[in-house]
Amino acid sequence: MTLSDTSAKASARGEPAGADASPEAADTRLQPVPFRGGGFRPVRVRFVGPLVFAAILVLWEAGSQSGVISNLVLPAPSEAFEAFRQLVETGQLWRHLGASLQRLIVGWTLGMSLGVAVGLMIGLFSLARAGLMPLVSALFPIPKIALLPLFVIWFGIGEGSKVATILFGSFFPTVIATSGGVDNVDRSLVRMGQSFGLSWWSIVRKIILPGAMPAILSGARISASIAIILLVAAEMIGAEYGVGAFILMAGSLFATDQLLAGVAILSAMGLIVGWLIGRAERWLLRWRS
Amino acid sequence: MDLLLRGVSHTYGDTQVLRDIDLAVGEGEIVCIIGPSGCGKSTLLRFIGGLERPDAGEVLLAGAPPAGSLNPLTYVFQDFALLPWRTVEGNVSLVLEDHGLSAAERREVIDDVLARTGLSDFKAALPRQLSGGMKQRVAIARALSVRPAVMLMDEPLSALDSQTRELLMDDLVGLWQRERFTACYVTHNLAEAVRLGHKIVVLSRRPGRIREIVEIDRDLADRQQADAKLDAIQRDLWQLLRDEARAADRELADDTV
Ligand SMILES: Nc1ncnc2c1ncn2[C@@H]1O[C@H](COP(=O)(O)OP(=O)(O)O)[C@@H](O)[C@H]1O
Ligand SMILES: [Mg+2]
Repeated sequence: MTLSDTSAKASARGEPAGADASPEAADTRLQPVPFRGGGFRPVRVRFVGPLVFAAILVLWEAGSQSGVISNLVLPAPSEAFEAFRQLVETGQLWRHLGASLQRLIVGWTLGMSLGVAVGLMIGLFSLARAGLMPLVSALFPIPKIALLPLFVIWFGIGEGSKVATILFGSFFPTVIATSGGVDNVDRSLVRMGQSFGLSWWSIVRKIILPGAMPAILSGARISASIAIILLVAAEMIGAEYGVGAFILMAGSLFATDQLLAGVAILSAMGLIVGWLIGRAERWLLRWRS
Repeated sequence: MDLLLRGVSHTYGDTQVLRDIDLAVGEGEIVCIIGPSGCGKSTLLRFIGGLERPDAGEVLLAGAPPAGSLNPLTYVFQDFALLPWRTVEGNVSLVLEDHGLSAAERREVIDDVLARTGLSDFKAALPRQLSGGMKQRVAIARALSVRPAVMLMDEPLSALDSQTRELLMDDLVGLWQRERFTACYVTHNLAEAVRLGHKIVVLSRRPGRIREIVEIDRDLADRQQADAKLDAIQRDLWQLLRDEARAADRELADDTV
C-alpha cells in the first residue's frame, strides 16, 4: 500500500492525515529500502587457497596411513616428499631442473620474441596480415607434439628438437595475442603521434608496442603454460636429463612416488612462472588503474 | 605565419562533406569554426593539419614558421590523446624526442611549458590520476612545447564539464595574451566561440560551406563580464545556426531510411 492512499483513506474518514491513533497507522511506518546491490565483484580472500591445498594433503596422508588409500594406487604425500628429498640429496634435482629450465627459457624466449615480431608485422602491414594470418590460423591448432618426430629429423635428437617444440608452441599464441593487441591500440593516439610528426618507428615503439602490451602479457601467460606442457612431451624422447625424462623413467619403473615428486616439480614450475608473469604485468602495466 | 585555404572541397564516397572553403588565418589570430555536427569541421581541421588531403583546393602556409618551431601545425584533441603509460612529463617529452634535442634541453622545455600551464606540481602524475581539465592542460602544454605556428584545436573543451570549461577558457585567454598564439578553434559551443574568437566562421550543414564570417574586434581580455554586444553576436550566430542545425538533424534521420 502506498503512502498516498493511506492518507487518502484517513482524510476520507475526516481524520487529519498522519494521525496515528487508528490501527492503519502501522502501514505508514518507516521501512528501510531493501538492499539489492552487492556481489558480482571478486574480492581478495587470503589464505583460503593454501588452506584448501593443505587440507587435501592432510586428508590424503591420513587416508594412506590408515590404509583407506592403497599404496599401490596412490603413494602417500610423505612418500612423494621422501622421493623428492632423495632427488635433492643426490643432486639429481638440479641436473633435471637445470636441463629443463634451459630448454624452457631458450625455447620460450625465442618463441615469444619471434611471435611478438611477427604479430607486430601482421598488426602493422596489411600485406603481412593477408599473407601470414591464414598460415598462423592453420598451424596454431596443430598439437606440436604430433610434429615432434619431424622436429627430431630436422633439428636432431638433442637439444634442437626440444627447443624447437617449445619455440613453435609459444610462437603461435604470441602472434595471435600481439596482432590482436595492435589492432586494439587506440587509433586516436596514433593520429596524435602523426600530428606531432613522430617518426614511424617512434610511433611503433612508443605508442603501438606499449598499447599492445596488456595483450602481449596475457598471451605470455598462455604461451608459458603451453611451453611447460610441451617441455615434458619433448623430454620424453631422447632426453637423459630433464623433469619430463625423470617422470617418464619413474613411470616406466612404476616408481609412483618419484612420478608424483616430478609432477609436483612441474606444478611448482607453472606456479612460479605464473607468479613471475604476474609481477611483470604489475610492473609493466602500472599505468593502469 | 599565415594560413590560407583556397577552394577546399571534399567528398567521402557519395557524400560531399565540404564545398569551396576559402579562409585566411592571420598570425596571432584565433579563428573559431562553428557549424552543426557532421558538417565537416573536423575534416577541415584534418586538411589544415596535413593529416588528410582534400579532393580539390589547397591549404597553403604563408611565410616561415617562427624560429625554433618543431611542429608548425599542432593539434589539441577533444579526447586529449595522452599516452596513459606516460607521466605528464613523459607525455610532453614524447613530442620532443624525435627532434634531436639533448636530454637537458628537453627537460628545460618541459619545465618551461609545465610552469606556463600551471602543471609543475603534476609532473610525475599519470593521466589516470588527472581530472579532465588537467588532462587537457597537459595536452595544451604538449602542444606549446613544440612551439607551434598554428594550433589546431578540435572541440578541446567539449569533453569537459561546464565549470572546468570556464576555467580552461580563462586559461586560454591568459595564454593568448602572453603568447599571441595563432589558432583554428573548432567548436559547437557558441559561448566559447564568442569568448575566444577574433573571427568566427559559420559553416552550413553538410556539405559544409562558409555561411558567414563574423569578426569581433573586442580584446579577449575585455570579454569576461556580461556584454550586450557580445550577447547580441551570440544571438545572431544562433539565429544563423538554428535552421542549419535543425535541417542537419533531420538530414541524419533521413539518411537511415
Ligand atoms: N574518414 C571518413 N570516411 C567517410 N566519411 C567520413 C570520414 N570522416 C568524416 N566523414 C563524414 O563526413 C562528415 C563530416 O564529419 P566531421 O568532419 O567529423 O564533422 P564535424 O566534426 O563537423 O561534426 C560526417 O558526415 C562524417 O560521417
Ligand atoms: Mg568533429
